[in-house]
Amino acid sequence: MSPAAAVVFYALAAAVVISALGVALARSIVTSALSLLGTLGGVAGLYLWIGADFLGIAQILIYVGGVLVLVLFAILMTHRIGDSRLTNLSAGVTVAAPSTIALGALLMKAALKTPWPVTEAAAAPTTARLGDALLDEWLLPFEVASLVLLLALVGAMVIARRAAHQKTRPADVA
Amino acid sequence: MWHEIGLTHYLVVAAALFVIGLYTVATRRNLVAVLMGVELIFNAAALNFVAFSHWVEGAVGGQVFALFVIVIAATEAAVALAIVLAIWRNFRSIDVADTTELRQ
Repeated sequence: MSPAAAVVFYALAAAVVISALGVALARSIVTSALSLLGTLGGVAGLYLWIGADFLGIAQILIYVGGVLVLVLFAILMTHRIGDSRLTNLSAGVTVAAPSTIALGALLMKAALKTPWPVTEAAAAPTTARLGDALLDEWLLPFEVASLVLLLALVGAMVIARRAAHQKTRPADVA
Repeated sequence: MWHEIGLTHYLVVAAALFVIGLYTVATRRNLVAVLMGVELIFNAAALNFVAFSHWVEGAVGGQVFALFVIVIAATEAAVALAIVLAIWRNFRSIDVADTTELRQ
Protein backbone atom coordinates (compact mmCIF):
# COMPACT_ATOMS: atom_id res chain seq x y z
CA MET A 1 0.00 0.00 0.00
CA SER A 2 1.48 3.28 -1.06
CA PRO A 3 2.09 6.05 1.47
CA ALA A 4 0.03 8.43 -0.68
CA ALA A 5 -3.05 6.21 -0.32
CA ALA A 6 -2.46 6.06 3.44
CA VAL A 7 -2.27 9.85 3.60
CA VAL A 8 -5.61 10.03 1.76
CA PHE A 9 -7.11 7.61 4.30
CA TYR A 10 -5.86 9.62 7.27
CA ALA A 11 -7.16 12.84 5.75
CA LEU A 12 -10.60 11.26 5.22
CA ALA A 13 -10.63 9.79 8.73
CA ALA A 14 -9.65 13.14 10.26
CA ALA A 15 -12.36 14.91 8.23
CA VAL A 16 -14.97 12.40 9.41
CA VAL A 17 -14.06 12.59 13.09
CA ILE A 18 -13.54 16.37 13.24
CA SER A 19 -16.77 17.18 11.44
CA ALA A 20 -18.63 14.64 13.60
CA LEU A 21 -17.29 16.51 16.63
CA GLY A 22 -18.65 19.65 14.95
CA VAL A 23 -22.11 18.03 14.78
CA ALA A 24 -21.92 17.11 18.45
CA LEU A 25 -20.46 20.33 19.85
CA ALA A 26 -21.36 23.25 17.56
CA ARG A 27 -23.32 26.07 19.18
CA SER A 28 -25.54 26.75 16.17
CA ILE A 29 -27.75 24.04 14.70
CA VAL A 30 -27.01 25.26 11.17
CA THR A 31 -23.30 24.74 11.86
CA SER A 32 -24.13 21.25 13.09
CA ALA A 33 -26.00 20.47 9.88
CA LEU A 34 -23.17 21.76 7.70
CA SER A 35 -20.67 19.73 9.74
CA LEU A 36 -22.84 16.69 9.03
CA LEU A 37 -22.12 17.37 5.35
CA GLY A 38 -18.40 16.87 6.06
CA THR A 39 -19.02 13.65 7.97
CA LEU A 40 -21.26 12.13 5.29
CA GLY A 41 -18.89 13.14 2.51
CA GLY A 42 -15.92 11.74 4.43
CA VAL A 43 -17.68 8.42 4.98
CA ALA A 44 -18.45 8.32 1.24
CA GLY A 45 -14.73 8.85 0.64
CA LEU A 46 -13.89 6.00 3.02
CA TYR A 47 -16.29 3.74 1.06
CA LEU A 48 -14.57 4.70 -2.19
CA TRP A 49 -11.16 4.15 -0.58
CA ILE A 50 -11.77 0.40 -0.15
CA GLY A 51 -13.43 -0.01 -3.52
CA ALA A 52 -17.09 0.19 -2.49
CA ASP A 53 -17.74 2.58 -5.36
CA PHE A 54 -21.49 2.14 -5.66
CA LEU A 55 -21.95 2.67 -1.92
CA GLY A 56 -19.85 5.83 -2.03
CA ILE A 57 -21.97 7.32 -4.81
CA ALA A 58 -25.20 6.17 -3.13
CA GLN A 59 -24.03 7.76 0.11
CA ILE A 60 -23.51 11.09 -1.61
CA LEU A 61 -26.77 10.92 -3.58
CA ILE A 62 -29.02 9.77 -0.74
CA TYR A 63 -27.42 11.30 2.34
CA VAL A 64 -25.98 14.55 1.03
CA GLY A 65 -28.58 15.06 -1.69
CA GLY A 66 -31.60 13.80 0.25
CA VAL A 67 -31.29 13.44 4.00
CA LEU A 68 -29.14 16.51 4.58
CA VAL A 69 -31.41 18.74 2.47
CA LEU A 70 -34.38 17.37 4.43
CA VAL A 71 -32.61 18.18 7.72
CA LEU A 72 -31.85 21.72 6.54
CA PHE A 73 -35.49 22.21 5.51
CA ALA A 74 -36.61 20.96 8.94
CA ILE A 75 -34.26 23.42 10.64
CA LEU A 76 -35.50 26.33 8.52
CA MET A 77 -39.16 25.42 9.05
CA THR A 78 -38.88 24.99 12.81
CA HIS A 79 -36.99 28.20 13.56
CA ARG A 80 -38.53 31.60 13.31
CA ILE A 81 -36.33 33.70 11.06
CA GLY A 82 -34.73 36.39 13.17
CA ASP A 83 -35.10 34.41 16.37
CA SER A 84 -31.68 34.94 17.86
CA ARG A 85 -32.07 32.23 20.48
CA LEU A 86 -30.42 29.18 18.94
CA THR A 87 -32.20 26.15 20.32
CA ASN A 88 -29.20 23.89 20.07
CA LEU A 89 -28.65 23.53 23.79
CA SER A 90 -26.82 20.65 25.35
CA ALA A 91 -27.96 18.97 28.52
CA GLY A 92 -26.71 16.16 30.72
CA VAL A 93 -23.08 16.58 29.67
CA THR A 94 -21.81 15.51 33.09
CA VAL A 95 -23.45 12.09 32.68
CA ALA A 96 -23.07 11.69 28.91
CA ALA A 97 -19.40 12.62 28.52
CA PRO A 98 -17.86 10.06 30.94
CA SER A 99 -20.16 7.23 29.84
CA THR A 100 -19.62 7.79 26.11
CA ILE A 101 -15.85 8.12 26.61
CA ALA A 102 -15.85 4.84 28.56
CA LEU A 103 -17.88 3.15 25.82
CA GLY A 104 -15.50 4.54 23.21
CA ALA A 105 -12.50 3.14 25.08
CA LEU A 106 -14.21 -0.25 25.28
CA LEU A 107 -14.98 -0.24 21.52
CA MET A 108 -11.42 0.81 20.64
CA LYS A 109 -10.04 -1.96 22.85
CA ALA A 110 -12.32 -4.52 21.17
CA ALA A 111 -11.32 -3.27 17.71
CA LEU A 112 -7.58 -3.33 18.45
CA LYS A 113 -7.23 -6.45 20.59
CA THR A 114 -9.50 -8.90 18.78
CA PRO A 115 -7.62 -11.20 16.35
CA TRP A 116 -9.81 -10.58 13.29
CA PRO A 117 -9.54 -13.27 10.59
CA VAL A 118 -8.32 -10.76 8.01
CA THR A 119 -7.78 -11.84 4.42
CA GLU A 120 -5.89 -9.85 1.84
CA ALA A 121 -8.41 -8.23 -0.49
CA ALA A 122 -7.79 -5.97 -3.44
CA ALA A 123 -9.67 -2.68 -3.56
CA ALA A 124 -11.50 -3.45 -6.79
CA PRO A 125 -14.79 -1.87 -7.87
CA THR A 126 -17.73 -3.96 -6.68
CA THR A 127 -20.73 -2.44 -8.46
CA ALA A 128 -21.27 -5.38 -10.82
CA ARG A 129 -21.03 -7.96 -8.03
CA LEU A 130 -23.30 -5.83 -5.83
CA GLY A 131 -25.92 -5.70 -8.57
CA ASP A 132 -25.75 -9.47 -9.04
CA ALA A 133 -26.11 -10.03 -5.30
CA LEU A 134 -29.08 -7.64 -5.00
CA LEU A 135 -31.07 -9.25 -7.82
CA ASP A 136 -30.15 -12.82 -6.94
CA GLU A 137 -29.46 -13.64 -3.33
CA TRP A 138 -31.06 -10.52 -1.80
CA LEU A 139 -34.02 -10.11 -4.17
CA LEU A 140 -36.76 -10.42 -1.52
CA PRO A 141 -35.19 -7.88 0.90
CA PHE A 142 -34.62 -5.61 -2.10
CA GLU A 143 -38.31 -5.69 -3.02
CA VAL A 144 -39.36 -5.27 0.63
CA ALA A 145 -37.09 -2.22 0.82
CA SER A 146 -38.95 -0.65 -2.11
CA LEU A 147 -42.24 -1.27 -0.29
CA VAL A 148 -40.81 0.29 2.89
CA LEU A 149 -39.73 3.35 0.91
CA LEU A 150 -43.22 3.73 -0.59
CA LEU A 151 -44.87 3.40 2.83
CA ALA A 152 -42.46 5.92 4.37
CA LEU A 153 -43.14 8.36 1.53
CA VAL A 154 -46.92 8.14 1.99
CA GLY A 155 -46.64 8.14 5.79
CA ALA A 156 -44.41 11.21 5.88
CA MET A 157 -46.79 13.00 3.53
CA VAL A 158 -49.84 12.13 5.66
CA ILE A 159 -48.16 13.29 8.88
CA ALA A 160 -46.86 16.52 7.33
CA ARG A 161 -50.23 17.28 5.66
CA ARG A 162 -52.09 16.87 8.93
CA ALA A 163 -49.63 19.24 10.49
CA ALA A 164 -50.17 21.79 7.70
CA HIS A 165 -53.94 21.44 8.11
CA GLN A 166 -53.73 22.13 11.84
CA LYS A 167 -51.79 25.28 11.22
CA THR A 168 -54.83 26.92 9.64
CA ARG A 169 -56.98 26.52 12.75
CA PRO A 170 -57.73 29.86 14.44
CA ALA A 171 -56.36 28.70 17.81
CA ASP A 172 -52.89 28.20 16.40
CA VAL A 173 -52.62 31.43 14.48
CA ALA A 174 -51.59 33.36 17.56
CA MET B 1 4.42 0.61 9.07
CA TRP B 2 2.24 3.68 9.39
CA HIS B 3 1.06 3.38 5.81
CA GLU B 4 -0.44 -0.11 6.15
CA ILE B 5 -4.15 0.66 6.47
CA GLY B 6 -6.13 -2.33 7.70
CA LEU B 7 -9.42 -3.39 9.24
CA THR B 8 -8.63 -1.94 12.66
CA HIS B 9 -8.17 1.56 11.22
CA TYR B 10 -11.70 1.47 9.85
CA LEU B 11 -13.05 -0.02 13.08
CA VAL B 12 -11.45 2.77 15.14
CA VAL B 13 -12.93 5.46 12.89
CA ALA B 14 -16.36 3.79 13.06
CA ALA B 15 -16.12 3.46 16.86
CA ALA B 16 -15.28 7.17 17.17
CA LEU B 17 -18.19 8.05 14.87
CA PHE B 18 -20.58 5.86 16.89
CA VAL B 19 -19.51 7.36 20.22
CA ILE B 20 -19.82 10.93 18.92
CA GLY B 21 -23.29 10.12 17.56
CA LEU B 22 -24.33 8.63 20.89
CA TYR B 23 -23.04 11.75 22.68
CA THR B 24 -25.06 13.93 20.29
CA VAL B 25 -28.24 11.92 20.93
CA ALA B 26 -27.66 12.01 24.69
CA THR B 27 -26.91 15.71 25.06
CA ARG B 28 -28.84 17.62 22.38
CA ARG B 29 -32.23 19.01 23.27
CA ASN B 30 -33.22 19.99 19.73
CA LEU B 31 -35.06 17.12 18.03
CA VAL B 32 -33.42 17.78 14.65
CA ALA B 33 -29.98 17.66 16.29
CA VAL B 34 -30.90 14.35 17.95
CA LEU B 35 -31.78 13.01 14.49
CA MET B 36 -28.38 14.15 13.21
CA GLY B 37 -26.79 12.08 15.99
CA VAL B 38 -28.84 9.07 14.86
CA GLU B 39 -27.52 9.59 11.33
CA LEU B 40 -23.96 9.51 12.70
CA ILE B 41 -24.70 6.19 14.44
CA PHE B 42 -26.17 4.76 11.20
CA ASN B 43 -23.03 5.79 9.33
CA ALA B 44 -20.77 4.17 11.93
CA ALA B 45 -22.67 0.89 11.65
CA ALA B 46 -22.63 0.94 7.84
CA LEU B 47 -18.91 1.72 7.82
CA ASN B 48 -18.29 -1.33 10.02
CA PHE B 49 -20.34 -3.52 7.67
CA VAL B 50 -18.37 -2.34 4.64
CA ALA B 51 -15.00 -2.75 6.39
CA PHE B 52 -15.78 -6.30 7.50
CA SER B 53 -17.16 -7.08 4.05
CA HIS B 54 -13.87 -5.97 2.49
CA TRP B 55 -11.32 -7.49 4.86
CA VAL B 56 -13.04 -10.52 6.43
CA GLU B 57 -15.85 -11.67 4.18
CA GLY B 58 -14.19 -10.93 0.85
CA ALA B 59 -17.61 -10.66 -0.83
CA VAL B 60 -20.35 -8.02 -1.11
CA GLY B 61 -22.78 -9.22 1.59
CA GLY B 62 -21.73 -6.48 3.98
CA GLN B 63 -22.10 -3.87 1.26
CA VAL B 64 -25.65 -5.05 0.57
CA PHE B 65 -26.37 -4.63 4.28
CA ALA B 66 -24.83 -1.13 4.25
CA LEU B 67 -27.06 -0.26 1.30
CA PHE B 68 -30.12 -1.34 3.30
CA VAL B 69 -28.85 0.76 6.22
CA ILE B 70 -28.76 3.79 3.89
CA VAL B 71 -32.30 3.03 2.68
CA ILE B 72 -33.64 2.69 6.22
CA ALA B 73 -31.84 5.89 7.23
CA ALA B 74 -33.55 7.75 4.38
CA THR B 75 -37.01 6.49 5.39
CA GLU B 76 -36.26 7.26 9.03
CA ALA B 77 -35.25 10.81 8.15
CA ALA B 78 -38.38 11.41 6.07
CA VAL B 79 -40.83 10.10 8.68
CA ALA B 80 -39.01 11.56 11.68
CA LEU B 81 -38.74 15.03 10.14
CA ALA B 82 -42.45 14.94 9.27
CA ILE B 83 -43.12 14.12 12.94
CA VAL B 84 -40.80 16.98 13.95
CA LEU B 85 -42.88 19.35 11.81
CA ALA B 86 -46.09 18.06 13.40
CA ILE B 87 -44.61 18.56 16.88
CA TRP B 88 -43.53 22.07 15.92
CA ARG B 89 -47.09 22.93 14.81
CA ASN B 90 -48.53 21.68 18.09
CA PHE B 91 -45.99 22.85 20.63
CA ARG B 92 -44.21 25.74 18.86
CA SER B 93 -41.03 24.07 20.09
CA ILE B 94 -38.92 21.07 19.19
CA ASP B 95 -37.06 20.98 22.47
CA VAL B 96 -37.30 17.41 23.76
CA ALA B 97 -37.77 18.73 27.30
CA ASP B 98 -40.85 20.77 26.30
CA THR B 99 -42.73 18.07 24.42
CA THR B 100 -43.86 15.97 27.35
CA GLU B 101 -47.61 15.74 26.68
CA LEU B 102 -49.28 13.11 24.54
CA ARG B 103 -52.57 15.01 24.28
CA GLN B 104 -53.45 18.56 23.45
